[in-house]
Amino acid sequence: MDVELKIQRFDPERDSAPHWETYRVPVEPMDRVLDVLTRAKELLDGSITFRRSCAHGVCGSDALLINGRNRLACKVRVEQLGKSISVAPLPGLPVVKDLVVDMDEFFGKYRSVLPFLVADEPEGAGERLQSQEQRDVYDDTTKCILCAACTSSCPSFWAQPEYVGPAAIVNAHRFIFDSRDQGADERLEILSNEDGVWRCRTTFNCVDACPRGINITKAILEVSSAIGSRG
Amino acid sequence: MSSALQAEAGQIDVDAIVIGAGGAGLWAALELAREGIPTAVLTKLYPTRSHTGAAQGGVCAALGNVEEDHWEWHMFDTIKGGDYLTDQDAAEVLAREAIPAVIELERMGLPFNRTPDGKIDQRRFGGHTRNYGEGPVRRSCYAADRTGHMILQTLYQQCIKAGVKFYDEYHVVDLLFEGGSADQGGRCSGVVGYKIADGSLHVLRAKAVLLATGGYGRAWRVTSNAHSLAGDGMALAWRHGVPLMDMEFYQFHPTGIVGIGILLSEAARGEGGYLLNGEGKRFMETYAPKLMELAPRDMISRAMYQEIRAGRGIDGKDYVYLDVRHLGRKVIEEKLPDITDFARVYQGVEPISEPVPVQPTAHYAMGGVPTNLETEVLANAAGGVVPGLFAAGEVACVSVHGANRLGTNSLVDLLVFGKRAGKRMAEICKSTTAPKHVAGAERAIREEMLALSTRPEGVRPAEIRRALADVMMENVGVYRDETLLTSAVKEIQRLKGEYQHVRVEDTGSVFNTDLLEARELGYLLDVSEATAVSALARKESRGAHSREDYPERDDAKFLAHTMVWRGADQAPATKLDYKPVTITKFEPKPRVY
Repeated sequence: MDVELKIQRFDPERDSAPHWETYRVPVEPMDRVLDVLTRAKELLDGSITFRRSCAHGVCGSDALLINGRNRLACKVRVEQLGKSISVAPLPGLPVVKDLVVDMDEFFGKYRSVLPFLVADEPEGAGERLQSQEQRDVYDDTTKCILCAACTSSCPSFWAQPEYVGPAAIVNAHRFIFDSRDQGADERLEILSNEDGVWRCRTTFNCVDACPRGINITKAILEVSSAIGSRG
Repeated sequence: MSSALQAEAGQIDVDAIVIGAGGAGLWAALELAREGIPTAVLTKLYPTRSHTGAAQGGVCAALGNVEEDHWEWHMFDTIKGGDYLTDQDAAEVLAREAIPAVIELERMGLPFNRTPDGKIDQRRFGGHTRNYGEGPVRRSCYAADRTGHMILQTLYQQCIKAGVKFYDEYHVVDLLFEGGSADQGGRCSGVVGYKIADGSLHVLRAKAVLLATGGYGRAWRVTSNAHSLAGDGMALAWRHGVPLMDMEFYQFHPTGIVGIGILLSEAARGEGGYLLNGEGKRFMETYAPKLMELAPRDMISRAMYQEIRAGRGIDGKDYVYLDVRHLGRKVIEEKLPDITDFARVYQGVEPISEPVPVQPTAHYAMGGVPTNLETEVLANAAGGVVPGLFAAGEVACVSVHGANRLGTNSLVDLLVFGKRAGKRMAEICKSTTAPKHVAGAERAIREEMLALSTRPEGVRPAEIRRALADVMMENVGVYRDETLLTSAVKEIQRLKGEYQHVRVEDTGSVFNTDLLEARELGYLLDVSEATAVSALARKESRGAHSREDYPERDDAKFLAHTMVWRGADQAPATKLDYKPVTITKFEPKPRVY
């Protein structure tokens, strides 16, 4: 079987603007979109450019706009899409080449929310105790792989690129609700500014886009409510 | 064209360089930051994309949180699991230091699953036993079935906190030496990095360089490994006169998704999952009556091949079933959520109600760049070191895994020896002088890369890569013999010849993945050659190296580590040497489970 694969191409050394190119690619039913991209590159045009690594949805390299939705190319199977597949870079992020976007600002926002445990470190301390119930409170947001599918699907982010975005809030949530952490006040202060949580309009695009099934909107609302209860 | 490659190289001076940002590289970087050593971490990915993040089941440490356990038992299991090729002083370091390493990860914030009284929970894993082999023990500390993801995230978070300087998406394309190559007594003095975003070269000088680049599973057709795992660090070192050690020992994990090799964690069996043949029988009864499905991976992979050869695969085909249905929905969804998702997404199978088809998948290199206990790279079998060069994690061979690694010990290895690498490098940086500036240090690699990217016609890299993956799968897989290996060595040599005419289609400077993948293919050819040559020379069966023409272990001749050197230019590798195994507490015995 063949599929029609449309790829948004852009080479900054040659093109003034992105354009679409179409390829006919042989596929197997269980193929992932990543397999189809790889085959197109190997057989048809070696200059087709995309990021990839683990190829099974845990490293976050290959988040792309696939048939109009943000997905990991290694987690969508061809048979879920039919005979016509369109692939473009994640929306709202600067395109470097073809399907590759510049991730620097995305990671900068991640770093801005203090994404690490803040806690006293007494000398020679053993393991801390934490009940399974205390752990369950933030379990969902520990799954994030920083693929940027959520942030780049968010209309508030498209409208206001300074918005810190769902991925950064998810990673703040992971520590704010960890019973071992003491940095919540500082993080909530950061997220209460004008480009913080208040820009969320609960469109749930992020929840639809997340390849890890994280309930992102719920996490954002929990952070907002923690800010609210500080007074 | 390729103008960026021809531009003047950037110059960066630091004290320490870490190549690779998986668990070993990140922990080393953290130790260096704690010591105030100016350090550059170069990774060809973003750090959180590293393959440590794909590890699932857990990290073993004899905490004894749920039942009695001792580091001596962990040490013994590691040695027996390695079929007595493990260096016992290294296994002792691993088992002892696993305990503080896991505690430190908890202090850094790693979200371990917890016991009812709030301690780190522990579960069973293959080959890990109580009281020197009596039965399975709960030793694996875990965070659902994404322990590696949490280790990678936690270490990266701590590196951000400590202000570690990352060079994301810089591909290291060469190592620099002064005073000759490694086999001439030279000192490693830095690296050449290729900035993927714009195609420019950068010379980084340092007193200490750490290889933390991981393994090379992509040499085989069916593998659990990421596309990025091409043996970069091993090949770069090998090209500069460093030997590679124990390369014939490559682990096939028993439970890969059929055809594509994605891993379904041993945790499924640690939680009580069964392996069933076409007759619906738990066939491990025949091969390891005491440990059953928790026998070491090499034995289970061989047992699966035997069952399939005897026509007892599912419907006579080349796979068996992993069955977790009896564990119930709650255990499956809470303790094995990710692998349940993998089975659903990639096979269309529902593990709660259906058994999952599995077959062995190329998974882990026990061998690699030889090091001592301080992670200093060895130049020869006598134990002389290569000044300035270090290795830790899967790229290295200490050797803690011997002829076969136990489940979870890869994570233990990268934690314990990543940390040791950082500490030792910090000492070296404080006691040595900076290497000299040499004009044009990048000249050789620049010419090599220009030749590769401007060749007008030739073979596409994908063709060679496919041929290599096939020969490694068919001839250098779970079972081997003289005929298979001889023809593999010959075929790899032929492919190396073809590689001299490989052609890159993308001639641009910006994000040229075509060029990088062609470079990676060169690394894969080198490490595959080292693997096949070492396998051909070892005329015995031990751990993951199974010779059908030499089915017994031969301690009289082969209780030793293989070292192999690269041939000059394009000549085949013919120089081998053997390094004695360090035995401290446990005399080699037959390996029965």
